[in-house]
Amino acid sequence: MKIHEFQAKGILRRFGAAVPQGKVIDDPAQAGPICEDFGGRCVVKAQIHAGGRGKGGGVKVASSPSEAERLAGEILGMQLVTHQTGPEGQQVRQVLIEEALEIDRELYLGVTLDRAAERPLLMASRAGGMDIEEVAQSDPDAILRELIDPLLGVLPFQCRRIASGLGFEGGTARQIQSIVSSVVAAYLETDASLVEINPLMVDSKGDVYALDAKMNFDDNALFRRRDIAELRDVHEENPLEVEASEHGISYIKLDGSIGCMVNGAGLAMATMDIIKLYGAEPANFLDVGGSASQEAVASAFRIILSDPAVKAVLINIFGGIARTDRIARGVVAAIDELAAEGTPVEVPVVVRLEGTNVEEGREVLERADFDFLVADGMATAAERAVEALGG
Amino acid sequence: MSILVGESTRLIVQGITGREGLFHAMGCREYGTEVVGGVTPGKGGSTVEGFPVWDSVERARRVSGCNATLIFVPPPFAADAIMEAADAGVELIVCITEGIPVQDMVRVKAFLRGRDSRLLGPNCPGLISPGQAKVGIMPGHIHEPGNVGVISRSGTLTYEAVWQLTNEGLGQTTCVGIGGDPVNGTSFIDVLELFAGDDSTEAVVLIGEIGGTAEEEAAAWIGEHLDVPVVGFIAGATAPPGRRMGHAGAIVAGGKGTAAEKKAALAAAGVLVVDSPAEMGARVSEALGG
Repeated sequence: MKIHEFQAKGILRRFGAAVPQGKVIDDPAQAGPICEDFGGRCVVKAQIHAGGRGKGGGVKVASSPSEAERLAGEILGMQLVTHQTGPEGQQVRQVLIEEALEIDRELYLGVTLDRAAERPLLMASRAGGMDIEEVAQSDPDAILRELIDPLLGVLPFQCRRIASGLGFEGGTARQIQSIVSSVVAAYLETDASLVEINPLMVDSKGDVYALDAKMNFDDNALFRRRDIAELRDVHEENPLEVEASEHGISYIKLDGSIGCMVNGAGLAMATMDIIKLYGAEPANFLDVGGSASQEAVASAFRIILSDPAVKAVLINIFGGIARTDRIARGVVAAIDELAAEGTPVEVPVVVRLEGTNVEEGREVLERADFDFLVADGMATAAERAVEALGG
Repeated sequence: MSILVGESTRLIVQGITGREGLFHAMGCREYGTEVVGGVTPGKGGSTVEGFPVWDSVERARRVSGCNATLIFVPPPFAADAIMEAADAGVELIVCITEGIPVQDMVRVKAFLRGRDSRLLGPNCPGLISPGQAKVGIMPGHIHEPGNVGVISRSGTLTYEAVWQLTNEGLGQTTCVGIGGDPVNGTSFIDVLELFAGDDSTEAVVLIGEIGGTAEEEAAAWIGEHLDVPVVGFIAGATAPPGRRMGHAGAIVAGGKGTAAEKKAALAAAGVLVVDSPAEMGARVSEALGG
């Protein structure tokens, strides 16, 4: 799960990190007085989940309260397009008004999981403001790395090593050690999957602040992080994906025209891949769950068909423990249910069933009122679905 | 022959009084696995469907002499269940549970260091040595005893591969699902090492997916150590970057973990990489001169 910058800064502040003073607003008129409080200068920052906001025109400096109001008015409500939003952009619903600080140096600080080492990895670099992936490509030695012991957390000598590695001493070094320790604690104690401060800034007086902040969280841990779960902003997510998650279905919207319904994540990805091999594009990733129950299938149909780009549906189910004939009955019942609701399925539906009781499963499909295109094997199914697009 | 599970497996099920746990305990027993009982804290002393239930893994092991456990404990308690089994010294711990917090697994891995237990999973279908023992949730009847080893990060895609093999007349030594989470117990290399030491495994199917570098590491190992043909498929060539594709570990992050990179690494190590998931079985058959 992702959250907004101002929420991440709130969490980091709780863990003792220094962040600029700021307030989040949704009405431009509120910007002026806040700017006034910050001494008449401030930064107006669009709050959307995607990165690259500055380049997209979503971060502006105001040198007077009236300018702050004008800029907040421009940014609020705009469709902000960045390299992460896609061409349609993301609507800005809130802006963060922050005190403007004198930046002397910009650094990078981040914590994420090192999958190979199976431990959290702390990374720091002098190249603040750059994507860490870019730095890793162009100059991997410029990244300082510290693996974190999951049972001990970050150790004081590691914090000192980061501060000196970044080239600091004295009071500034101590502030860096402190923020490193805060960031790791925040990562461990909120079940974060990523904490990134980019840039971490040092001002002309040598004081250290988290100028930007990004935190992502492990969805599987939200059950024990209620306060974090409450920070979810569904406006930032695709509405179909939100609906799918409410039905326990894993769905990701893509740009193609063949809707996919598959049981199991690996088979679902493989089904997308084979559609592409046969010359079309998948409209979505969708895992209905291992058992592919009638309710899940009906919900999956509704979600797939609410995407107007879908011109054909490919159902690929490997009946394992869940018997194929029962799944076939579920598919037929779901189609009947949709017809009864006045939203009949009007696109061609290719079904590939395999596994336990497959003969009976195919019979169920053949006896149904709906005209399924039944295929055996993934290759035939993909071929049929691509052909169906043309018809 | 086979690896990890076979005729000598004595299995318990942790979470045996839950719906899933009991269903699959019965499924494994039906397949012919020796299921000696199960564990549910607070329900010790009872029996379900003929299975004795114990309060702790330690007690279960002392009484039953189990050497393997299959875990269906819900995510909030699953890490504890794994560590309890390791503490009791159970040789093979198979965790089916999906949705365990990553940081729990990071701590579990730290706990397992220096202990002798092997963990498979979590978020996996388990493993099966056809005709001998099933320790998992896969449909047993699609498998046949034979000479192909299967390793995969997926569930139903593994069944797909096995079904293709069986239809080609190719049986399996052991099929192992290592799971779809970013931090898991047994790696591709661990299983490849075991297959390399198993004379009856004449070919291997390796099914990977986007995310992480486990396939690249496996490729390097295969290039140096494995003599039998390996057929590989990587799911997720069409997955958009930055999105988690169902499995917690299936994500292309920062341009890393793409299907293209993994396929290239495997191909460079001599693995017969198929682009189509429909061709896994046929490619093995071809490689074995069938």
